[in-house]
Amino acid sequence: MTEAAISFQGVTRLFPQKGGRDVVALDDIWLDVPQGAITGIIGRSGAGKSTLLRLVNGLERPSSGQVIVADRDVTQAEGADLRAMRREVGMIFQHFNLLASRTVAGNIALPLEIAGVPQSEIAPRVAQLIELVGLGAQADRYPAELSGGQKQRVGIARALATRPRVLLSDEATSALDPDTTRQVLELLQDINRELGLTILLITHEMAVVRDICTHVAVIEGGRIVEAGETYAVFSRPEHPTTRSFLTGVTGVAVPGFVAGQMRDAPQSDAAQAVLQITFVGDHATDPMLSRLAVECGIETNILAGAIEEIGPNPFGSLIVSLPARRPAEARAFLGEHGMMTEVLGYVG
Amino acid sequence: MSANLIALLWDSTLQTLYMVAMSSLFGTLIGGPLGVFLATSRRGELFSAPALNAALGLVANAARSTPFIILVVAIIPFTRWIAGTSIGTTAAIVPLTIAAAPFIARLVEASIREVDGGLIEAARAMGATPGQIVRKVLVPEAMPGIVLGLTLAVVSLIGYSAMVGAVGGKGLGDLGIRYGYQRFMPEVMAAVVIILIVLVQIVQSLGEWIAARFDKRAPRNRGR
Ligand SMILES: Nc1ncnc2c1ncn2[C@@H]1O[C@H](COP(=O)(O)OP(=O)(O)O)[C@@H](O)[C@H]1O
Ligand SMILES: [Mg+2]
Repeated sequence: MTEAAISFQGVTRLFPQKGGRDVVALDDIWLDVPQGAITGIIGRSGAGKSTLLRLVNGLERPSSGQVIVADRDVTQAEGADLRAMRREVGMIFQHFNLLASRTVAGNIALPLEIAGVPQSEIAPRVAQLIELVGLGAQADRYPAELSGGQKQRVGIARALATRPRVLLSDEATSALDPDTTRQVLELLQDINRELGLTILLITHEMAVVRDICTHVAVIEGGRIVEAGETYAVFSRPEHPTTRSFLTGVTGVAVPGFVAGQMRDAPQSDAAQAVLQITFVGDHATDPMLSRLAVECGIETNILAGAIEEIGPNPFGSLIVSLPARRPAEARAFLGEHGMMTEVLGYVG
Repeated sequence: MSANLIALLWDSTLQTLYMVAMSSLFGTLIGGPLGVFLATSRRGELFSAPALNAALGLVANAARSTPFIILVVAIIPFTRWIAGTSIGTTAAIVPLTIAAAPFIARLVEASIREVDGGLIEAARAMGATPGQIVRKVLVPEAMPGIVLGLTLAVVSLIGYSAMVGAVGGKGLGDLGIRYGYQRFMPEVMAAVVIILIVLVQIVQSLGEWIAARFDKRAPRNRGR
């Protein structure tokens, strides 16, 4: 078991409201963020993601509970002590938050100046960081002259300047187009591998989690409703919120013509059940479906299907229909062979 | 126009420049930090001091709502205490500074409040002290706006400096009143007005040029 880089221990954060009930932004959060991993926290707008992330570098204080980073409780740190701890945690932002008045090199130098690094050491360190994020030709440009992706690279270089142990990312790709998003995510992944940096990112897009996160926690209304290794959560989503985030991202959705006719219960003897089958690893489904036909006499129609990669694990998802009288039997058979099934509804 | 008059115009121009330059300088030295403080000391801000913020804001408003000519007369004892005399060009710098400082403070405050809060957040995340945030983030980022504000203040001071004849401040405005109006020499009045227009124009253009140099926000064609 890997050691936790960040540990949220019973963290609650209330925002008192004038003349009303407090807003419970975070409600008794217990979560360990593993060392050297990329952990994603996914949730809808207002779920409490930013509040949770900002606890890690003390930009936000909990109402109760502890946040342990590198064996120290951030919530107790103050003044110079807190500022020293903040230098060990880098942060990147949705809107980049670069200084318009400084060049790329100047922006990356800022945290070093703040940390009191001697001028003679700043220049070589900045040059190294600019190289690391692939902005060699842009050193003397101003943020206004850069594309969104380039700005976020500057943000990443700046966040890494003081050699932090942890990188926090608050929706860092939400303002970027899909291509640029992929490039920035790849850069984060490279940095995670090469520097062994722990990354904690928050997002509202499951695609970001699928693409780079080894671990995921789903947050809803200030509570963690599900957490674990990404492929495990993807293959056995338990909470409805997780499931709704997964639709679309796993590439399968019930085709429109079927969705339109779907009911919660079979309406006739000839009705068909619509079943979602998910599986992790290299299970071959085709033989499984033919064995289902041969061994149980259950014929299936494939309505939709896709295979994705989650880290090193292929992750497949199929939507099939089969006679409504037999889903229990089919599910038992598939379950024995390591597949997850869920009845989505009935047609006819 | 006689050589005598031309010499008088020249001297008056220098007196105006002297009063405006000195009061701009002192006004900025007082108003700049005051503006930074006003912009960062409300409840929950960097230097959270709500009571002091409110008190200073009140003083700034009071100074700004007093008509300048009344201010000049009202603070004569204070002027005498600071400048040793209450009459003359140097003495006039005191009321001009008192008028300029709160004006500059409010302009600086407005420019600093324009700076995106995300930058403060980023700097705090880097472990910056409040002082570092002011010096390395807020002031540099607000610089284009601050320079334009100072330009506005200098232009206003050129106008105010025309009123200090009342306390023997001399300068162009005083010359215009004494010769152009009281002795009815319209050519002096015209010359004074033209010089003032040229001064204001130069200050305005210079201010805009400097502000543009500081402003890296808009993409521009950088040659090369
Ligand atoms: N400074 C604040 N004052 C009052 N309420 C806040 C504050 N910050 C966040 N909240 C509330 O806490 C909840 C969680 O906010 P946030 O962490 O920003 O969510 P997310 O990042 O997931 O969109 C929201 O209901 C939000 O309105
Ligand atoms: Mg947020």
